[in-house]
Formats: sequence, C-alpha cells, structure tokens
Amino acid sequence: MSVDVEIAGIGIHPFGRFEGRTVTDMGVSAVRAALAEAGVGRGGFQAAFCGTAYAGVAAGHKVLGALALTGIPIVDIEAGCASGAAALQLAAGAIRAGQHDCVLVFGMEKMPKGIIRSSFFEPWREEAGLAATPAYFALRAQRLLRESGLTPDDLARVVVKNRRHGVHNPNAMFRKEVTAEEVLGSRLVCDPLRLFMLCSPNEGAAAVVLRRAAGSSAGRVTLASAVLRSHLPGSVLGEATPLSGIDDSAIPPPSTLAARDAYEEAGIGPDDVDVVECQDTDAARELLAWEELGLCARGEQRSVLDAGDAALGGRRPVNPSGGLLSKGEPLGASGLGQVVELVEQLRGIAGPRQVEGARTGLAHTVGRGANASVTILTRS
Amino acid sequence: MNDLPASTRPVHEGLFQSDPPGLLGTRCDDCSQHAFPRATTCPYCGSERVTDVALSASGTLRGWTTVTTAPPGYGGAVPYGFGIVELPEGLRVITRLATPDQRFTYGLPVRLQIVALHDAEDGTTIETWEFAP
Ligand SMILES: [Zn+2]
Repeated sequence: MSVDVEIAGIGIHPFGRFEGRTVTDMGVSAVRAALAEAGVGRGGFQAAFCGTAYAGVAAGHKVLGALALTGIPIVDIEAGCASGAAALQLAAGAIRAGQHDCVLVFGMEKMPKGIIRSSFFEPWREEAGLAATPAYFALRAQRLLRESGLTPDDLARVVVKNRRHGVHNPNAMFRKEVTAEEVLGSRLVCDPLRLFMLCSPNEGAAAVVLRRAAGSSAGRVTLASAVLRSHLPGSVLGEATPLSGIDDSAIPPPSTLAARDAYEEAGIGPDDVDVVECQDTDAARELLAWEELGLCARGEQRSVLDAGDAALGGRRPVNPSGGLLSKGEPLGASGLGQVVELVEQLRGIAGPRQVEGARTGLAHTVGRGANASVTILTRS
Repeated sequence: MNDLPASTRPVHEGLFQSDPPGLLGTRCDDCSQHAFPRATTCPYCGSERVTDVALSASGTLRGWTTVTTAPPGYGGAVPYGFGIVELPEGLRVITRLATPDQRFTYGLPVRLQIVALHDAEDGTTIETWEFAP
C-alpha cells in the first residue's frame, strides 16, 4: 500500500525586489505562513529541506534558527531552477519511505541583478563570451521557431497571455498587462528574444508542509508524483549548456524524462491535467515545454495559441499565476511558488485566476545542470 | 615569470591550434563520436579509449544570434556573434561568430579562424576562435 502525501500547508513571500530585506527574512515569512496553515509548530515536523542556489552556506539553518525551530535535520539543496522541486522530491521520498511523518520544504532566493553570473561556468568561458545565458535562450528559441513554424509574434502571444494572468496575482512582480506591440517593440536582447520575452531574476520565498495522509478526506490536495531528472548527453542547446553536442533528435530532453516518470507514478496522462505551471524563463521556453511535457504535439503550439487553450478560460490554462514572466524568477523559490499556485487552484481559492473545476495540476521547472522537475498534484 | 611576455596567448590552453587553425577534440574508439573540448572519457558512452584529433576547420551554420550587452566576466568587445556550427564529424559546436553579419542563414558554410579577443594587462593579446562565412 503506497503512502499518500498531502499538502498540509502553503506559504509564500511575494516575488519581486525588496531593498533591505534579507533572504532569511523572506524565508522566515514563507515558512511561518506554511507552518501556521498546517497547524504545525516545534516538534511537529521531523526534517526540513531548503532549496536555494545563491543564499550560501547553511541558508536553511538561518531561517529555522530565526524561528527557534532547529534541532531537526536541515538540508540545503541546490539543483538550479529545480532547487525547490528537488527539495520537495526528497521530502516526499522521506515520508513515503516511512522515515518521517511531516516535513517542511521551502525555497528562497535573493538574486543578483542583471545577467545571472553562475559559478557553473569556467572563468575562461566567461572571458571568451561563451557563457552568455540569454544567447543560449535565443539559439533555443530560434531553433523552435524554425522547426515548429512559429514566429516572434507567437512568442509575444505567450507574454501577453502570462502577463494578463499575472495582473490577478498579488505575489507577482509585474501586474500590468502588455500588448503584443509593446512586447515586439521592447529592446532586442538576443535575436529573436526581446526584453519583455525574458523573465527577471528576482527575490522571494515559498514553503510547503508535507504530511503523511491518514484516512480519506474530501478536498484534500495530495502529491501524486514529484520527479527530478537530469539530462542525457547530446543536446548542444540543452540546459546543461555543453560546448558541443551531436544530433539530438532521438535524445529525450530532461523535461520529457521527468514528465514520463511523473505521469507513470501518478497513473495519469497529459490529457488528465487541468492546469499547468511551467518554466517560462523566456517565452519560447514555455512553448518548448508544452511539447516536452506532452501537452501538445510537436509543431502544434500555433493551434493551441489560436484556440486560446492555454489562457485562463481555455481548455487547459498554462501559468495562471502569470508564470515567471510575471512573477520573476527567484531560483530556489520558483518551483515551490508553482506548487503554492497549484494548491490554491485545486482548493478553488485562486479568485480571478481560478481554473474552474481544477482537480489535477502539473508543475514543471528546467534549468542549469541540467535539472528538470515535474510535480503532479491532485485533489480528492 | 618570463620578463618578456609572450605576445599572444590562448584564452585557455588546449582548446585550439593556430597553424593550421583547428579546434582540438577527441574521437571515441568505441562509439566513434567526437567531443570538444578534449575529454579523457567519452561524454556519450563513458569509454576511456579516446584519441586526440584536430577537428575540421570548416562547417555549416546551425544557429546564430548577437550578444549586445557584455556578459559578466567577458573580456572582449560587444556586439559579437554567438552560434552553433556543425562540423563534418557530426559535432555541433557552440562558438563565437565573426562580427554579426546579415548574411547568416541556416546551413551557411563557415570557416574557423583564430582571432584576438582582448589585450591582457601585461600587453599580451588573448586569442580565441570564431567561425566566419
Ligand atoms: Zn564513446
């Protein structure tokens, strides 16, 4: 008999820029909210996993130290954009294995401004100009446009969609709609990507309390699967950002590997998913994620956009939170921010962002490593 | 340190040769895939039976964009071209491209050249590789 893991509480510190607030302050805020909602205090949870890439040594300990909640094992986890989701996966595994009954998971970040400098790259590679992250995004976008018959207009439509959703999210950094003309008129960063097509690295925190589910309870949100995968070698344009690669047409990307495992573990397929939060680091990344996650077939993105299927009110909304394009991306917090959004959606408390009748939600991140995560939540 | 600094130096040792220009890679004796930069273990099959080779200096353009803002740690001038070139060995290489060019198209034949990236504080010219039409 498999162990059901329920989401007992959620908490979020808004994503944005907060002068004078430390990453610890933001972590404390999200953790306090999640524990309060779960009704869990000192002694009520047996471990904590903290996802962060930039917060430094023992970042999670500083948060729980500030709350007088240390003594339990606290583990900081770095997995690039998937850091928060990786923390969630480890926590869920510990509960399913019978090691713990209740585990706190949180993620937080205070990102440097500008193009993100990453210790991932050797200094010579930065010096030679071969560590330009937006240029990688641009090459990936160019390939998607070429192979799927999409245009920069379609990229703009994704931005317009997500920014329209973000208007209704009090935790988003950008809450103003943009028009396609504004997107296509914004500064060209790396052709074909323009400024408004790229998400902003920023600051924020999110927290989730996981608990072994006892008995049955209508309306309970449970974790159907939480999967983390890395890349297979081969793709020169994959998030592993190698200096060379080979023909990758038959090599599944890490997002697809994670999605396949997650669907199998949850016992569902893509058609069973009602609402999606996916990695939209740039507008093309979202469109690529649709096919990698099996939400549409290769080259079908245009017809999905035309039908409005991915917009609120459509067949299966994607990024009702506004996505990273509206929220910004605090690496360690972004994956758990998606989970917080999906829990609100499945509880039916998402207000103007609500996807009517949502019972199954999927969250996806992919980034440096490469790391890809897919998390599936269901409401009973 | 030598009192007389070398007049030129590669941005990193072991990436390319200047005469004739060529990227330095490896070929796997087991799966036959090529790799760049050189590796002691084949990145595709894990074999440690790899042979050093100089890779072809000509290839075809598979992707291109322009970097207009200097990324962190970058030593050269902006704007510069950035793209993917496929070599006859079947290897797709991330590379700098010669000054952004309106002629860039998918499949365009391009050729490797060794170019100055910037001057170091001691006056040494730091060199790197790029592909040009
Ligand atoms: Zn091999």
